[in-house]
Amino acid sequence: MELDVVELSRLQFAMTALYHFLFVPLTLGLSILVAIMETVYVMTGRPIWRQMTKFWGTLFGINFVLGVATGITMEFQFGMNWSYYSHYVGDIFGAPLAVEGLMAFFLEATFVGLFFFGWDKLSRVAHCIVAWLVAIGSNFSALWILIANGWMVNPVGAEFNPETMRMEMTNFFEVVFNEVAQAKFVHTVSAGYITASIFVLGVSAWYMLKGRHVELARRSISVAASFGLAASLSVVVLGDESGYSASHTQKMKLAAIEAMWETEPAPAHFTLIGFPDQEARETHYAVHIPWVMGLIGTRSLTQEIPGINELVAESEARIRSGIIAYDELMTIRAERDATPEEVRANFEARSADLGYALLLKRYVDDPREATEEQIKMAADDTVPGVAPLFWSFRIMVGLGFSFIALTGLFFVLSNFRRKSYPRWVLRLAVLWIPLPWIAAEMGWIVAEYGRQPWTVDGILPTALSASHLSVGDLLFTLAGFAIFYTVLFIVEMGLMLKYIRKGPQEDVEATEEWMRRHEHRLRTHDGKGPFADVPAE
Amino acid sequence: MILHDLISFEVLRLIWWALLGVLLIGFALTDGFDMGVGALLPFVGKTDVERRVVINTIGPVWEGNQVWFILGGGAIFAAWPPLYAVSFSGFYLAMFAILAALILRPVGFKYRSKRDSAKWRSSWDWALFVGGAAPALLFGVAVGNVLLGVPFHLTEDLMPMYDGSFYGKFLGLLRPFALLCGVVSLSMLIMHGAAWLSLKTKGMVAFRAQRIGTVAGMVAAGGYALAGLWLAFGIDGFHITSEIVTDGPSNPLFKEVVHEGSWLVAYTQRPWILIAPVLGFVGIFMAVRGLREGFEVSTFLWSKLAILGVISSVGLTMFPFILPSTVDPRSSLTVWDSSSSHLTLFVMLVATVIFLPIILAYTAWVYKVLWGKVTEDDVTSSHSAY
Repeated sequence: MELDVVELSRLQFAMTALYHFLFVPLTLGLSILVAIMETVYVMTGRPIWRQMTKFWGTLFGINFVLGVATGITMEFQFGMNWSYYSHYVGDIFGAPLAVEGLMAFFLEATFVGLFFFGWDKLSRVAHCIVAWLVAIGSNFSALWILIANGWMVNPVGAEFNPETMRMEMTNFFEVVFNEVAQAKFVHTVSAGYITASIFVLGVSAWYMLKGRHVELARRSISVAASFGLAASLSVVVLGDESGYSASHTQKMKLAAIEAMWETEPAPAHFTLIGFPDQEARETHYAVHIPWVMGLIGTRSLTQEIPGINELVAESEARIRSGIIAYDELMTIRAERDATPEEVRANFEARSADLGYALLLKRYVDDPREATEEQIKMAADDTVPGVAPLFWSFRIMVGLGFSFIALTGLFFVLSNFRRKSYPRWVLRLAVLWIPLPWIAAEMGWIVAEYGRQPWTVDGILPTALSASHLSVGDLLFTLAGFAIFYTVLFIVEMGLMLKYIRKGPQEDVEATEEWMRRHEHRLRTHDGKGPFADVPAE
Repeated sequence: MILHDLISFEVLRLIWWALLGVLLIGFALTDGFDMGVGALLPFVGKTDVERRVVINTIGPVWEGNQVWFILGGGAIFAAWPPLYAVSFSGFYLAMFAILAALILRPVGFKYRSKRDSAKWRSSWDWALFVGGAAPALLFGVAVGNVLLGVPFHLTEDLMPMYDGSFYGKFLGLLRPFALLCGVVSLSMLIMHGAAWLSLKTKGMVAFRAQRIGTVAGMVAAGGYALAGLWLAFGIDGFHITSEIVTDGPSNPLFKEVVHEGSWLVAYTQRPWILIAPVLGFVGIFMAVRGLREGFEVSTFLWSKLAILGVISSVGLTMFPFILPSTVDPRSSLTVWDSSSSHLTLFVMLVATVIFLPIILAYTAWVYKVLWGKVTEDDVTSSHSAY
């Protein structure tokens, strides 16, 4: 890979986005878990639930602040590093980002301060509502950013305007109710819920192994296990929904994930494992499961899923059509109002292929002068890197199933044998803490790397999207972000570990007093569920 | 969707130009005092407890305030995509510096009190100082550069390009006039931060804030007057020479522009806009007076009016220009040719009309809940204080 501005900009975006997404999933899930805990507190009046709310709230706060801070970079990086992209699709892409600010960021950011500072200034119910508003705000922001992201994959509700040389919105509702965006949203927030659940499970399990804060840990496990199990099931179901919608909106991504070089007779088999070879366009040592891919992708036994080679041939045809569209666009631009109606009509019919002609800009300034060889090269470019996608996807899915198993195990134990968690189960939960993050990051690699060579599928190639910057500019900021983010990461991890080790600091006396009074009931507790064990204050 | 024809393209562009101003002013009014407080922190707080008092005055609200900045970015993207594309990539390294400062700041607020070590805390104090002072200065420098014009041009494909070896490089932005604007911005926000501290604290902290704020206000007024004179006699403005089409396609290359004559011609064409700089001067004067006399609420309000006047005077003076280009004046971005499409502007206006009042309502409620002075007892007795 040569060090040009486009590659460096991609690297910087990938780095800052993946880094940002270290904090987001925990925010999404923990905000809700904390709100649930506070709700139990308000409903039952038991001080231990307030202690739990404050303890997990502290960890939430340490994580939240970096999510907010690194999110600032994301909001501005499109303009800084992807200025042609910003010009070309800002008319559509900017809107959900702005609505995100109006609807979500203000809500979560305004109330998060009150959540921490308002314990003595608000009534119990009001404070609990504040906690829910923070959770709702966080989750709304995921909705709008994924509407924007979903549009990059499935650009609906927009058309090209030759006079302004950009895509313009034709239907806002199509953009908002984009099927890809909806599936992505539920899939992503579910991933966040899993991350938080396993984080809470793991930290609580560690307390139980150490014999510290056992009552807090036990209750936290009950909440996190149910929430986490529901989320793990939802993430797989919605992942499946994404697969189904990918089969008609993102054919190339799907074929690349499956390393499916040739179109298979329906129903296609699923490649469980193998070694994709991009040069030779085949997969070595592949282990197949018959029918599964056809069922996931098409939900039928007769529909075919196109393979990579067939899709490359399709791209080539669209490049040729795009070249004609490009020629018509040049005529429209030169003649403006004097353009013959016929040229305009032809261009409109073909403008969906214009983006394919822009793929040639990597090789030649004017796509109309492209050689046969360049057209073939551009068509080959439409295949993303197969091996990274193949592997990221399999790691993500494998981990996804392990989360169902882990949360399911805890769910069963917490509901039926609540008094005894075997030590190996607790150790497993501690070891599992980092894995949801790996799964989430893999998910982003599949989503974003799988969209290459496009920033907006079929509309604008990545190679054309970047800003007019120098390699020096990029190296400077890349190094700056790397150093700065590494330091912040170390500081954040240090504080996280410190506060986990310290354990709950607030309401200690009230909780202990309450536990002493109900010691008898707590000890003879017979497992009627976490919320039915002791009377309220 | 024919609903959007209810409001003409021309009117929508004007509304969004005004909303751009509302967002920038909203940012300066709210996050502005956070930045001012950050810049004042090492000077008004001498002991750890004093500094914690200072930080805790903005502790519960900085997060919401900072969203004005993020929303500003999102709204410029949605309503003025060419401005978003050209300015952020053009001011690349300056933007990076602002981002770094603004990332440092939230982390500083949140993490400073999480360890007891004096070294840890004083490191974060300096981080907060830089995180407050640097953006306050750089935003002013950016405004100065916008008034001077920046060396970019648009290709026929409307791809933004930057000319000259220095452009995009940080030092190239530090031209004398731009630096003066930076000084005005920094001193004005320090005054604003001092007005906030005077409202939210008492004792030595409030006293020091009032003293420094008075000086800052005088610097701001002097710098603002000097910048006005400089614009009148030393700096060329930009003017559209071709016919002005207010509802045409958003393509800046369809017009002709000259880079000559003064920006201040606007005041002979639209004399009513004189109200903005007058408000700026009166606001600063009254805020300085309030700081000296020890008024609290009224000082903060006058300080807000001062910011409103100063920022809107820039926008009104340049109208209809948003980002002029020195190397290819034709490429300059104006209100009439660098907006989003008619539909997008309409949809975004609907979203704003629905959500902005809600935001203002709950923000006001939060400030009401948090009303009152922050004392040393508050920060030492509370676990949740920073």
